[in-house]
Amino acid sequence: MASPDTAGGAGHDTAGGAGQSPPPQRPALGAVRRAFAPWNDAEARPLIRFEAVTKTFGTTRAVDAVSLDIHEREFFALLGPSGCGKTTLMRMLAGFEQPTSGRIVLDGVDLADTPPHRRPVNMRFQSYALFPHMDVARNVAFGLEMDGVAKPEIARRVEETLKLVQLAGFGERRPDQLSGGQRQRVALARALIKRPRVLLLDEPLGALDKKLREETQFELMDLQVQLGMTFLVVTHDQEEAMTMSDRIAVMDAGRIVQVATPSEMYERPGSRYVAEFLGDVTVFDCTVEALSEGRAVLRAGPPLDASFVVIPDEPIDVGQAVTLAVRPEKMRILHADEAAPAGMNTLSGTVWDIGYQGDWTTYLVDIGTARRVRVARANVARIVERPIGWDDPVTIAFAPEAGVALTR
Amino acid sequence: MSGAPAPRPTSAGTPPAPAIAAAQPRRGARIDWGRLAMIGVPYGWLIVLFAFPFVLVLKLSLSDRALAVPPFRPLIEWERGLEGILDFLAALDLESYTGRLIQNPIYGEALANSLGIASIATLILLLVGYPIAYAMARAPRDWRPWLVMAVILPFWTSFLIRVYAWVGILQPDGLLNAGLGALGLVDPAAPPRILFTDTAVIIGIVYAYLPFMVLPLYASLERMDHTLLEAAADLGCPPWKSFWLVTVPISLPGVFAGALLCFIPIMGEFVIPDLLGGPDTLMIGRTIWVEFFANRNWPVASAVAVVLLVLLIVPILLFQRAQERGLGAHR
Repeated sequence: MASPDTAGGAGHDTAGGAGQSPPPQRPALGAVRRAFAPWNDAEARPLIRFEAVTKTFGTTRAVDAVSLDIHEREFFALLGPSGCGKTTLMRMLAGFEQPTSGRIVLDGVDLADTPPHRRPVNMRFQSYALFPHMDVARNVAFGLEMDGVAKPEIARRVEETLKLVQLAGFGERRPDQLSGGQRQRVALARALIKRPRVLLLDEPLGALDKKLREETQFELMDLQVQLGMTFLVVTHDQEEAMTMSDRIAVMDAGRIVQVATPSEMYERPGSRYVAEFLGDVTVFDCTVEALSEGRAVLRAGPPLDASFVVIPDEPIDVGQAVTLAVRPEKMRILHADEAAPAGMNTLSGTVWDIGYQGDWTTYLVDIGTARRVRVARANVARIVERPIGWDDPVTIAFAPEAGVALTR
Repeated sequence: MSGAPAPRPTSAGTPPAPAIAAAQPRRGARIDWGRLAMIGVPYGWLIVLFAFPFVLVLKLSLSDRALAVPPFRPLIEWERGLEGILDFLAALDLESYTGRLIQNPIYGEALANSLGIASIATLILLLVGYPIAYAMARAPRDWRPWLVMAVILPFWTSFLIRVYAWVGILQPDGLLNAGLGALGLVDPAAPPRILFTDTAVIIGIVYAYLPFMVLPLYASLERMDHTLLEAAADLGCPPWKSFWLVTVPISLPGVFAGALLCFIPIMGEFVIPDLLGGPDTLMIGRTIWVEFFANRNWPVASAVAVVLLVLLIVPILLFQRAQERGLGAHR
C-alpha cells in the first residue's frame, strides 16, 4: 500500500476540501489493478480452462467449441446478446448443465464427474433465488451449514459477510421485506460467504435501476480486489462489462468472437461484429487503394465516393475489401465554412438530427449514404457561440489514427 | 444559424400536444349503486346460502322434538304478530345440547371416531398425494395439463357409482383379495375381511378425496421457482436434503390447504362410511343422518350439526391465520 504508485489515488481523495469528512478508507487498489495481466504471461496456469466445450440442446448448438482460459483473481465478463450461449457456458461451470463434448477444468481438475453441490464455485443468480422461507441470516448461512461449520463460527462469518455487503443488522428480515438493492446484496453475501474459487454472477445488475447499478458496479469491483477472488460475470450490458472487468469475451451464436481487455476491445475491435456490438460506430465499406509507410488509403465507392487515410493495425493488401469503423467521439463536427485541421479525413453533410444528453451531444449527419454518420461532442463549454443546428451544412473530420480498418 | 427547424419525417419535431381535456366534473358524495351491487353479490350469496340455513339449523337445535309434522315445536305463530314471535323465542331452550347429546356417550364416540378416521385418512392422503403432485409438477410442461386432467377425470363419473365400485373390489371374493391371493400374500381359502370395516372406509375416503389433496399441492409445487433448488445445490446441498430444506417448507401452504380441504369434509362424510363401513363404523355424519331420518329427532340432529360446525371452525381459522403469515416467518 505504501508504494509510490498509490500517491495518485491518495491525492485524488483530498479533492473534497478541508471542511468535509474524509471518505471511508479502503486499501488503494491502483497498483494491484495496473500490474495485473496474467493472460499475457505464458507461464501462468489458468484457474479455469474451457477446452473445446460444446453444448447442444436438440439440434441447436448453444455453445459451439468454446476454448477459454480464465486466471485466478481475474474479473472476467462473458458479453453477448441474449441466446448467444453465455449463460449456458456459465451454467456448465456451475454444474447445472453437462457439456455435450469438451472439458471444463478448474484448478487442474476435470469437473465432468463433480455434481453441482461439490463444485468449489458459487453463483449469484439473476433472480437472486433467495429462499423465501428463511430470513437473511439463514439465507447467508446456508452454504456454511451445508459444510457442517460450527454454529458460533457460522454466526461470526454471517455477521462479517453482511457487514461486507453493508447489510449489518438486516439478519432478521425476510427477503420479501427488502428492497431490490438489498436483496441483491443478500444474494451476493450468500454466494461470497464460502469464499468460492470462482464467484459466478449472472446478470448481476440487470434488475437494478441506473443509479443503483452504477454504485453496485464499483462495489463489486472493490469487493473482488479486496477479497482477491475470481469473478465470472455474464451480461448483455456492454457498459457493465466494460466498467467492471479485467477482460471480456464477446460471444455470438455460441462462439467466442474476441477476448480482450475493455479498452483493447473498444479501440481495436477484431471484427465488425465486435465494433458494432460494443458502443456506437459508423462503418464504411471500402477497398484498399494504396499502401505507403504504414498508412493505407481506403476508397469508399458510390454514393459516397471518398478516400480516407488510416493507419491499419493488421496487415492488409491493395485491392482488399475492408470495413472502416469510426467511433462517434473520435470524429469532430465543424461548420462547413470552418477549415478542418490539416491531414484529417473529411466528409461533408447536413445535420439530420441532434440528441442533447447534457454531457454529450450526438449529431446524426446525412452524408448521402443509407446510414447516417453518428458524431458525438463533449459539451466542455456551457455557452457555445455558434451552435450547430438542424439542417446546417457541416464538415466531419477524423484523424488517420481514429479509424479502424477491419478485415472481418 | 437557421431559424425554426424544418418539418422532417423523423421524430425530431413532435406535433403540438392536444389541448388538455376539461377536467371531469367531480362526483359528490352520492351513493355509488353500481359499486354497492358488485359488493352486494357475494354478501347476498353468503346470507342466502350460508347464514340463513345456519340460522334455521340453529333454531331447530333449540327446539323440542314432537310427534307431529314437522316433528318439532315450537312453531312461529305468524298470525299472532309480535306476541307470537316472543312466545316462540321463549319456548326455545338448550335441551338438545344438555340432554341426550351429553348423557349418551354415542355422540362423543362418533365425534372421536370421525376425528380419528379423518386424521388417519388425511395423513395417508398427504403421503400418497405429495409424491403424485411432485411428479406432476416436475413433469415436462406439455404433459402437465394432461396429468391435471387425469386427476380430475374421476369427477366425470357419479361419486356414488365410484364408491359402489369399491364394494366389488373390497368384498371377500373381490378383486383386491384375488390379487393379493395370486401374489401369495393372503390365504385364498380364508380371505381377510376388509369390506364393512374402518379400513374399507379409509380406503374409500383416500380414493375419493385424492384429487382434493393433489391439486392444491400441485399448485404450490408447480409455482415453486426451480432455481431455488439450483441455488441450494450450488451452496453445497445434495438433492435429497434440498427437498426437505427447500421444497417441503415452500410447499407448506399447499400442504395446509390440501389437508383442510380433505379433513373438513371427511369429518362430516356420510356416503362412504354408509356404503363401505360396518354397523360399528360410527361417524358423525352417519349419526346425524340416523337422528334425522331414523329417529326423526330433528333438534338433536341439528345440535350435533352445530357442534360439528363449531369444532371445524377452529382449524379453518388456524389455516387462515397461517396463510396470512405467508407461512414463511417461522424457521
